[in-house]
Amino acid sequence: MDARIAEPWGARTPYGPGETWPERVDSYLADGVSEADVERWVPTASILHSNGDALDVAVAGGRIVGVRGRAHDRVNHGRLGPKDLYGWQANNSTDRLTRPLIRRNGHLVETDWDTAMDAIVRRTRELLDEHGPSAIGFYTSGQLFLEEYYTLGVLAHGGLRTNHVDGNTRLCTATSAEALKQSFGCDGQPGSYADVDHADVIALFGHNMAATQTVLWSRILDRLAGPNPPQVICVDPRRTPVAEHATVHLAPLPGTNLALMNALLHEVIVNGWTDEDYIAAHTVGYDELAKQVKPCTPEWAAEICRVPAADIRAAARVVGSAQRLLSTVLQGFYQSHQATAAAVQVNNLNLLRGMLGKPGCGILQMNGQPTAENTRECGADGDLAGFRNWSSDAQVADLARVWGLDMHDIPHYSPPTHVMQQLRYIEEGSIRMWWVSATNPAVSLPELARIRSILAQERLFLVVQDIFPTETTELADVVLPAATWAEKEGTFTNADRTVHYSGRAVDPPGDARSDLDIFLDYARRLDLRNRSGEPLIHWTDPASAFAAWQECSRGRPCDYTGLSYAMLRERGGVQWPCTAENPDGTERLYVDGKFFAAADYCETYGRDLLTGAPMEPAEYRAFNPDGKAMFKGAEYTPPPETPSDDHPFVLTTGRTLYHFHTRTKTARAPQLDAAAPEVWVEVSAPDAERLGVEEGDLLEIRSPRGSVRAPARIGGIREGVVFLPFHYGYWDTKTEDDGHERAANELTITSWDPASRQPLFKTAAVSVRNLTKDGGQR
Amino acid sequence: MKLGLALRELHRSETELAQRLLHAGERHEADQDVYHLSRTLAAWSTEHVRAIAEQARRYDEDLDPEPRLETRLVERLRERAAEVLGREPEAGMLLLLDLREIYLAAAGVSVDWELIAQGAQGVQDLPLIELAQRAHTENLRQMRWANAKLKESATQVLLT
Repeated sequence: MDARIAEPWGARTPYGPGETWPERVDSYLADGVSEADVERWVPTASILHSNGDALDVAVAGGRIVGVRGRAHDRVNHGRLGPKDLYGWQANNSTDRLTRPLIRRNGHLVETDWDTAMDAIVRRTRELLDEHGPSAIGFYTSGQLFLEEYYTLGVLAHGGLRTNHVDGNTRLCTATSAEALKQSFGCDGQPGSYADVDHADVIALFGHNMAATQTVLWSRILDRLAGPNPPQVICVDPRRTPVAEHATVHLAPLPGTNLALMNALLHEVIVNGWTDEDYIAAHTVGYDELAKQVKPCTPEWAAEICRVPAADIRAAARVVGSAQRLLSTVLQGFYQSHQATAAAVQVNNLNLLRGMLGKPGCGILQMNGQPTAENTRECGADGDLAGFRNWSSDAQVADLARVWGLDMHDIPHYSPPTHVMQQLRYIEEGSIRMWWVSATNPAVSLPELARIRSILAQERLFLVVQDIFPTETTELADVVLPAATWAEKEGTFTNADRTVHYSGRAVDPPGDARSDLDIFLDYARRLDLRNRSGEPLIHWTDPASAFAAWQECSRGRPCDYTGLSYAMLRERGGVQWPCTAENPDGTERLYVDGKFFAAADYCETYGRDLLTGAPMEPAEYRAFNPDGKAMFKGAEYTPPPETPSDDHPFVLTTGRTLYHFHTRTKTARAPQLDAAAPEVWVEVSAPDAERLGVEEGDLLEIRSPRGSVRAPARIGGIREGVVFLPFHYGYWDTKTEDDGHERAANELTITSWDPASRQPLFKTAAVSVRNLTKDGGQR
Repeated sequence: MKLGLALRELHRSETELAQRLLHAGERHEADQDVYHLSRTLAAWSTEHVRAIAEQARRYDEDLDPEPRLETRLVERLRERAAEVLGREPEAGMLLLLDLREIYLAAAGVSVDWELIAQGAQGVQDLPLIELAQRAHTENLRQMRWANAKLKESATQVLLT
């Protein structure tokens, strides 16, 4: 086995609190290639996770031949994770999409760009004439670059004037954004990865960082191996590597995170571990929160979460006595029941303790995807560009000014339509054209049988733009071959607001074009114009798109005006906001308790955490007249699907260390594919014994919506819960059948968090049957 | 004293609201926001109904703490119908009508709670004041939800 598959976090470089994380430069070159053979190194960062590891791509003979970590970058100090080291090989795969495809007589056949684009433009015009812009929807990715999202947002919101624009970051990051908006009035990560260097307590809530952000986890491992290591709190139903290093590991039943968080806050408050001065000076809503969590004792939560009350007390004591508390949150919270409410309680924890805006005192509401932040700030993910507030007329008017439009040209009658609602509109026939870029909903969305039936409808005109054939391109009417990372130029921003430049190292294969060029071509063919009759989209390449975005971001929290391609190429990652006043970028937001929450500046007026109903502007002003941070509580409610006699287990799903999204890239990197080629199911030792399951037995996991077959791994998951790694599709199945028993999303439920509209992937009720013992066969 | 009568009317209006929420959930199984949330919101009303019945005894009103809302069989039949209806464009219009009914029912409940709160203050009935405050807050959230969902859905339904 390859060394970095076996040792995904690499060798330790221990360091102490307040010291600089030592450099360690990782690299991997293809067999037979040495550094001397490399003709040039092109700067970029990884797009296979949200960490944003900076690296240089090695080019020889017009091909990518390897990668090397960038030693001086603030994010990774030279380190690379397994996906960074090996993932680039997918670019060189022979089965890339290289020609546009169009459906003729039921089959996708090769065509040219003019034919493909003409078909799309013709259908667009027909629908605009017959049904209006509400008949057209866009669903994008967490994989494109800033310049591409911004262009898509402008052409969809301002050009076609449809409200139906979302990204697949809805599935991974919507709750991160919503939780930040609820507490601080605006999206944007308060903390910095450098907080790991200073923290004395690091609390990971539903965040298996060892698998999702391997390089950040090696930063924590290096702290743990050094002097005065931090204490670690882990909340996760599985015994992950994070749990193995935890001072306290809480393994709540999936769907009960909010009950656990309410009990932790209860303990912090009753024990007086709160920072009263900070609360008084910089927050609103404390009394309501205190009232909300008053009955939420550890004993009460222990009953619901099925964890010992003593462990909840112990965890509360650790976070309650921290001097520098770093809290991080990811999918264990975001993809679960009451996602936003639970994630907001993590913000509340740091606010109660005054742990914000100082070294080591951070909140990282993490992202799942590498360019998720860009979908949000550019308005391609259920938001308006520049974190503008769709329910503020003044802010919509300001966006209209930037675009040369009238305020009423930009739909803002409700928030941009989230993907699950768009699917509902497709299902009932009111969206007739859906343009999917760089994502694979036929595998990544919940309840796949439903998704397939929706996308296969005759009345839907489906455009899919991607780099490989996927389960979704199979259903398309037009397939557009796209260029990817290292074949195009642009920028993207990681979870801690670090912007990286990504260069064009090689040419795209065949006729493939960058996503930017495709969107620009579409806009030009539609002849989209502003109020003065000028082209609405006046930019023509990445650099001019970046300049247009800089103007749009000016004065907003995500201000990019101080950045440039040249500066980013030379210096590596820089955190926004970066302006003439802050030319080096901004390490931490909300220093000195200053927030972006003033009523005329905030990105949102907030929502009811339980019902999702938006707050009215006047109500917001009354609640938060001075633009402070906001405490918001919520009552625990049971998840929509709970175990029953028929389906006695809770299913939780998640990522493995070696794959990304629906494996379109990682399964084409030999080392990564070999490390995780097949789906499996993890069951607890006591459950395995009770069911007579031995390691490797073939199990059938069945929910009311479908079934999956997978070999058993007996592991440290909590009793009553089973785990399936998700996003195994069926494009690479080796079996004869249709492969529909491989994807975890065959089982998941169509339900979402009312505030963030993020689907629930982690609370389905399932049954487990041992096919090996029952005489079944593969 | 007519506070008992007002409690009886509130009991009726909260029961009706719970019923409407449950019906909407059953009818719009394909609209997941409505399907899942309507149960949670209906549960608030059924809890209010129970608390109203308990407090109304002090005003000589014998109200059912658990009025029958629906049988499970009828519910299943409705869900079947909803599955079929889910693909039809008319589903959207029906959703608007149902949300409108919920909003109006919730507004009626809100007025009733205002009356109760005023009456309870007059007789200094502290437990009833406390209930009115708590339940009215939840009732306003029900109303706001129906209103928000209406706003969010209306454009798409009316323009297509």
